[in-house]
Amino acid sequence: MSDLSKLKISEARDALKKGEVTSVELTQACLTEIEKADALGAFVHKTPELALEMAKAADANKSGGDLNGIPLGIKDLFCTKGVASQAASGILEGFKPEYESTVTTQLFADGAVMLGKLNMDEFAMGSSNETSVYGNAVNPWKREADDAQLTPGGSSGGSASAVAADLCLGATGTDTGGSIRQPAAFVGITGIKPTYGRVSRWGVVAFASSLDQAGPMTKDVRDAAIMLKVMSGHDPKDSTSAGLAVPDFEAALTGDIRGKTIGIPKEYRMDGMPEEISKLWEDGTAMLKDAGAVIKDITLPHTKYALPAYYVIAPAEASSNLARYDGVRFGRRAKLEAGDGITEMYEKTRAEGFGNEVKRRVMIGTYVLSAGFYDAYYNRARKVRALIKRDFENVFADGVDAILTPATPSSAFELGAMKDADPVQMYLNDVFTVTTNLAGLPGIAVPAGLDKNGLPLGLQLIGRPWEEGDLLNTAYALEQSVQFVAKPNRWW
Amino acid sequence: MSIDIETARRVAKLARIAVPEAELPELANEFSAILGFIEQLNEVDVDGIEPMTSVTPQRLKRRDDVVNDGGQQDAVLKNAPDAREGFFAVPKVVE
Repeated sequence: MSDLSKLKISEARDALKKGEVTSVELTQACLTEIEKADALGAFVHKTPELALEMAKAADANKSGGDLNGIPLGIKDLFCTKGVASQAASGILEGFKPEYESTVTTQLFADGAVMLGKLNMDEFAMGSSNETSVYGNAVNPWKREADDAQLTPGGSSGGSASAVAADLCLGATGTDTGGSIRQPAAFVGITGIKPTYGRVSRWGVVAFASSLDQAGPMTKDVRDAAIMLKVMSGHDPKDSTSAGLAVPDFEAALTGDIRGKTIGIPKEYRMDGMPEEISKLWEDGTAMLKDAGAVIKDITLPHTKYALPAYYVIAPAEASSNLARYDGVRFGRRAKLEAGDGITEMYEKTRAEGFGNEVKRRVMIGTYVLSAGFYDAYYNRARKVRALIKRDFENVFADGVDAILTPATPSSAFELGAMKDADPVQMYLNDVFTVTTNLAGLPGIAVPAGLDKNGLPLGLQLIGRPWEEGDLLNTAYALEQSVQFVAKPNRWW
Repeated sequence: MSIDIETARRVAKLARIAVPEAELPELANEFSAILGFIEQLNEVDVDGIEPMTSVTPQRLKRRDDVVNDGGQQDAVLKNAPDAREGFFAVPKVVE
């Protein structure tokens, strides 16, 4: 079998079960691809020896799960025992966790193989993977007309790039405001952020704890279903993880969505939305209708306020979570001058260790939580968040099963294009994705077409809480209609 | 809302991030842009709305108040930039 790294998880699983391929062969194929792909900046800590060891163990294991022997990439935000886990930050330089995150524990217990750690925006703060201490991750796609390097999106940019370029069969991502779905859309792959509480956050470096959720980034919807099942489940170590049984998401993929009601929210039709995005959205709507779904115009009146609410809540939580990086317990400590005390140690360590976007968000968070502003900013944002969630509850109560929106306001942009823009311009990338984090809902991005430059565009489906199976099935029906098969031309 | 240099300096201090004096004006400008964006929230009628505390309606779970982990001094100290004799070491805190 050639091109083993191009296999989908489901195909590799079936081939492994039939004995047509070994995990060592699959893993070696991926490691070879990774070695040739440094220009993509996707893998930032490679673990080839560990990978081959895990692959051998998987080949010897007769009782592994669906992911037994499947080589995956792991976002640098996940703590992996004995393997560098830096959240792409200078402040965690040299940090090798003494423990394993729950998600990676579950993946490895199922038999999955780790190829290495994947690039991302520092502490998952960014939408272009340009805030990483490792340097940029690069999109394997290029515009037809020029040779410019494009962003793979962020924050899970390394995961997106690695999966789209067939360096691995699937990857983990995390999503606080769109960090799985926006990069998935930018590189033409599938990414799902599950319901808040579906996947344990334990051992995932915290950004904004009330918004963070991990999820899979994969080559198709079936693979997302397979991987999500293994990642999900109650974990006593995360008090917000839900004590609910995990359904067999793959079994939900019948492709039958007859009679399902799909909501089309008018507030997502933004001023100045590119014609191609509107067309993509209309085409996707028509496809779901042809598949037997009922299309319903809906209103989510507080949509406009989701991003401003997010940019209070996420920095506020980040400023608290990132207080732990103080140069005492782990990571890096600044070199001190004679006479420097503990305050100078904190201030210099954090000034040296954090990048500019992280500093900005920590300070914004500090400001909105500070005495005199807490009510005006933080409490007001939490009230608006309650209203945003109520908007969704209302449409679900009216019988809507899923909501279809564009995944991003544009296709992938050039690396460096936003260098001189004010920070708010970058934040607008998450305009369609951030609402689901605020409302705790599952959302999935599915590739839906190419723009006039030959770049992938994605559509997003938003589902009812805990109904990932139903959501994945609707996404599966969309995928069947779209038949997205384009791949990036290899230049790396 | 416009953030002045004094406020930027105070926020940096509260956040324990050293910001050189020369960079404070630009920082103040960035804060002003972000806070200007956030101020849209003032348009929303939030009368009678409770601030959200938990996005999924669940009580935080409680566990038995028992020791369930410990005795891992080496592991805890393993990643410390400066650990001595079983402790984290920091610059002198009290005179």
